[in-house]
Amino acid sequence: MSPVLDIKDLSIAYQTPGGDVKATSHVNLTLHKGEVVGLCGESGSGKSTLAYGACRLLRPPAVITGGSVLYSGKRTGSALPVDILRVPQHDLRAIRWQDIAIVFQSAMNALNPVLRVRDQITDGITAHLRLSKAEAHEKAANLLDLVGIPRERLRSYPHELSGGMRQRVMIAMALAADPEVVIMDEPTTALDVVVQRDILSKIVELKDQLGFSVLFITHDMSLLLELADRIAVMYAGQLLELGSSADLKEMPAHPYTQGLLRSFPSLRGTRRELTGIPGSPPDLRDPKPGCPFIPRCGFAIDSCSQVDMTLLPVLGRQGHVTACPVVTPAAPAAPAAAEATEGALS
Amino acid sequence: MQFILRRLAFYLVAAWVAITANFFIPRAMPGNAIDAILAKYPTLLPAARQALEAELGQGNQGSLWHQYVVYIGHVFTLNFGPSLYNYPTPATTIVATGIYWTLGLVGLATVIAFVVGTVLGIIAGWRAGGWLDRSLPAMMFLQATPYFFLALILIQVLGISLHWFPVAEAYDGINYTPGWTWGYITNVIDHGTLPALTIVATSVAGWMLQMRNVMVTTTGEDYVVAAQAKGLSNRRVIFTYAARNALLPQLQGFGLALGFVVAGALVMEIVFSYPGIGYLLLNAVAAKDTPVMQCIFLLITMAVLVANFLIDLVLVFVDPRVRSREATR
Amino acid sequence: MTTMLSTPNTPGVPGASGAELVRPSRKSGARNVLSALAATWRRLPGTAKTGVIILVVFILIGIIGPFLIPYNPGTTTPLQSAAPSGSHLLGTTQTGQDVFSQMLVGIRLTLELAFWVGVIATALSVVVGVSAAFLGGVWDEALSLVTNIFLVLPALPLLVLLLGFLNGTSAGQGQLPVILVLAGLGWPWGARVIRAQALTIRSRDFIAAARETGERSWRVIGFEIIPNMVSLIAASFVNTVLYAVGASVALAFVGLTDPNSFSLGTILYWAQLGSAVQNSWWWWYVPPGVAVALLGSALVLFNTGIDELSNPRLRDARRSTKVAGRRVWPTDPTPVLGAAAGHGGLAGFARSFSRKSLIDEKAGDFS
Repeated sequence: MSPVLDIKDLSIAYQTPGGDVKATSHVNLTLHKGEVVGLCGESGSGKSTLAYGACRLLRPPAVITGGSVLYSGKRTGSALPVDILRVPQHDLRAIRWQDIAIVFQSAMNALNPVLRVRDQITDGITAHLRLSKAEAHEKAANLLDLVGIPRERLRSYPHELSGGMRQRVMIAMALAADPEVVIMDEPTTALDVVVQRDILSKIVELKDQLGFSVLFITHDMSLLLELADRIAVMYAGQLLELGSSADLKEMPAHPYTQGLLRSFPSLRGTRRELTGIPGSPPDLRDPKPGCPFIPRCGFAIDSCSQVDMTLLPVLGRQGHVTACPVVTPAAPAAPAAAEATEGALS
Repeated sequence: MQFILRRLAFYLVAAWVAITANFFIPRAMPGNAIDAILAKYPTLLPAARQALEAELGQGNQGSLWHQYVVYIGHVFTLNFGPSLYNYPTPATTIVATGIYWTLGLVGLATVIAFVVGTVLGIIAGWRAGGWLDRSLPAMMFLQATPYFFLALILIQVLGISLHWFPVAEAYDGINYTPGWTWGYITNVIDHGTLPALTIVATSVAGWMLQMRNVMVTTTGEDYVVAAQAKGLSNRRVIFTYAARNALLPQLQGFGLALGFVVAGALVMEIVFSYPGIGYLLLNAVAAKDTPVMQCIFLLITMAVLVANFLIDLVLVFVDPRVRSREATR
Repeated sequence: MTTMLSTPNTPGVPGASGAELVRPSRKSGARNVLSALAATWRRLPGTAKTGVIILVVFILIGIIGPFLIPYNPGTTTPLQSAAPSGSHLLGTTQTGQDVFSQMLVGIRLTLELAFWVGVIATALSVVVGVSAAFLGGVWDEALSLVTNIFLVLPALPLLVLLLGFLNGTSAGQGQLPVILVLAGLGWPWGARVIRAQALTIRSRDFIAAARETGERSWRVIGFEIIPNMVSLIAASFVNTVLYAVGASVALAFVGLTDPNSFSLGTILYWAQLGSAVQNSWWWWYVPPGVAVALLGSALVLFNTGIDELSNPRLRDARRSTKVAGRRVWPTDPTPVLGAAAGHGGLAGFARSFSRKSLIDEKAGDFS
């Protein structure tokens, strides 16, 4: 079964007068039917750029410098996958929303302030599905039911809704044209904990019910460990590690992933000191050769600057790959690091 | 509703300030200013002279407060006294003749300029950086040109050298009499073309630039990106998502600019000897016809205040956030 | 479960806009100013640079012009309404006065007037705006009310009324009354904008910090708030100068200012009175008009440049990028290098307006 979304070798740059900023470099990521793939990274790591770039929604001065994004879903059937990056504009508009939908990060900003909720949902419906106005309204009402919002809210304006409700409206809107892939860009970051919980469980419920795949973008690794089937870790525009969430939890292969896991506490287990990752991400205008994590990595050696960042399989694991040839669970590095990892996971 | 009431209160205060300013200005002038006025009309009948002095606060008129009350009464009964230059015709009658011409020419031209400029601005904002955008410096030059200078050029080129349009007055008084005849109407349009053209040419650039800037900011908003992500047609994204939101600050800008619009129009009337309010005002100044001056001042000021209030009403109607923000107070 | 990763701010990432706040530096003031100016010059877009150059030319003319006049502008000669020639570079007026000399004097007069109006009005608007923001409460309400009233009342009728009364009297002579009156009516625009900006700055943490450490109010205003508003105040100044130029020329044209001076507007006044247009004496009315238009345009261009500096979106939008030789609009899909993607030009643009997505629902329809 070919993956629903196959991002191949995608490189995106921002062309500025000071030089090109390489926001993503040669990223490979696949998304299968019904799967939840988490895309994790700090701000500036390129995760949102990757997702929006894959749909060609980035504004100038962004340019896609290479790669392809293959989509293969219900509407392509048994035909060859379609390269979103090379499809004419006309078809691109058709693919948007009906095949790939996006839940934006800040619902307050992503909703049109002068349109009622109903109109914002139905225009996504009528742009793609051949429904009458009455049918579209009914569908919008059903969508609100699905996400748990009272139907009367169809007549509301965005500013009349609470934060949690707005985010649910965004989700309902995204599902309006029955998409195969839903990209969620930090959908719960701006919300409080309780609402976050609600919305996340709602997302899982809908996914099981309607069968779409989710690309979940966030900087919160702990969230992904629970929610995602597979997790991709991004840093400075490159993929550092990719594997199932169980794999990453038990055996994080890349030093960066290990650092991420160490930086939040667990509910159970021995108390230990929280450690962050000192330093800051590199300037993407002038990427140094080799691994971008070198300046902040405790295990970096000279040969790291010649690493070509291909993802290598982790020994003994299926579907778990890492870009770090130095530190792998097969060859544990410093004992202190191993201890810290164990402490965090017990 | 609260919002509307508060705005109304504000405009009433502003109106009161204008009326009071009108009261104090003649009284605050250095002495020889008033003498100059009175000296211009030595043949005034004593009764008229007394009335004028009363109006200007000269001589023994009783306490200031008393004068003020009398003045307010006069304002509300639209009694500005007789025009000095056209004695004994009441000032209000003189002024009334100019209102129609000004509204017809200036009002119409301004609305056209606003609509055309806004539409062009929408296009320029959406396709930012295109040829329309690159014409902006030229447009800015046009806008920086004093209204009347452009008028002079147009008069020279279109009126005198090419004889396409008449260059003065609202209609040819010699050959036509006012009335609903075809000849009269076409003559009016003929005479009104150059002034209208000048107003439109000089102000379009301003509206276009303003709308373009607002559109550029608006198209960068997340909800426009979201609209594109939905695969909506360009038409819907541009108009329902971008332009509809951009119109709000644009309308507010229109309200703020009304004062300037008025100014430009007034000067235009001078250049073309168009018998509107501006022309009357400046003639009154030259003739030191104070009753007419004060009457027109109040008229223009009140008109601008009313127009601003109307725009506020439109904004309340169009922007749902204003409506409910005020409803929850 | 929901603890957040520490996410340090990432430098070098595009789109991270938001003006950096300025702490007043203790370095040598002059060098600081010069280097700041040089840096700003480099960042200005081309149109703004043109504006600055034109402005500089005007200022130079304004400064040295009156020393170079070939004739006394007021002297009448028998050579009336003469076209431009060797002895009279811009011809003569109806009474034989040299237009060129009048222009040189006029540019200085107009610039002087506009400058003073700018200074006074901007000073007023800073005082009102910052006070309103800083004092808050009743003071803010009162000052805002006054500002709004000034804003909403149309200026020209008031100007006409005031100057109409003053006209021809001793108090109405010279430039001073015009300067005072224009400044008195021109400050509200800047005040509103400055107040808004001052409010945002005031609520920032470093102001609270300054006050906590006991810094006195006026020091806080002078050293913390105002340095962060310099570009806004500069833009406000330029705007006011622009308004002053336009307003003073218009007022002079209709005869409300001293007709014995030679400001650019007065030249036009006399030209109009002398029916210069009807007589096709273009050298009399075209130069002053063009000068005003150029001056105004230069100011507008300069202002637009400043606008773009402070609002990066406007700047990015101005550049419709060319990617691999094809023009890309900001609202097009992200361009893909190496793809033959054609928009179909006008036809494609027109088609993009259609409502429905025209892809058939059949599988395998994608090519």
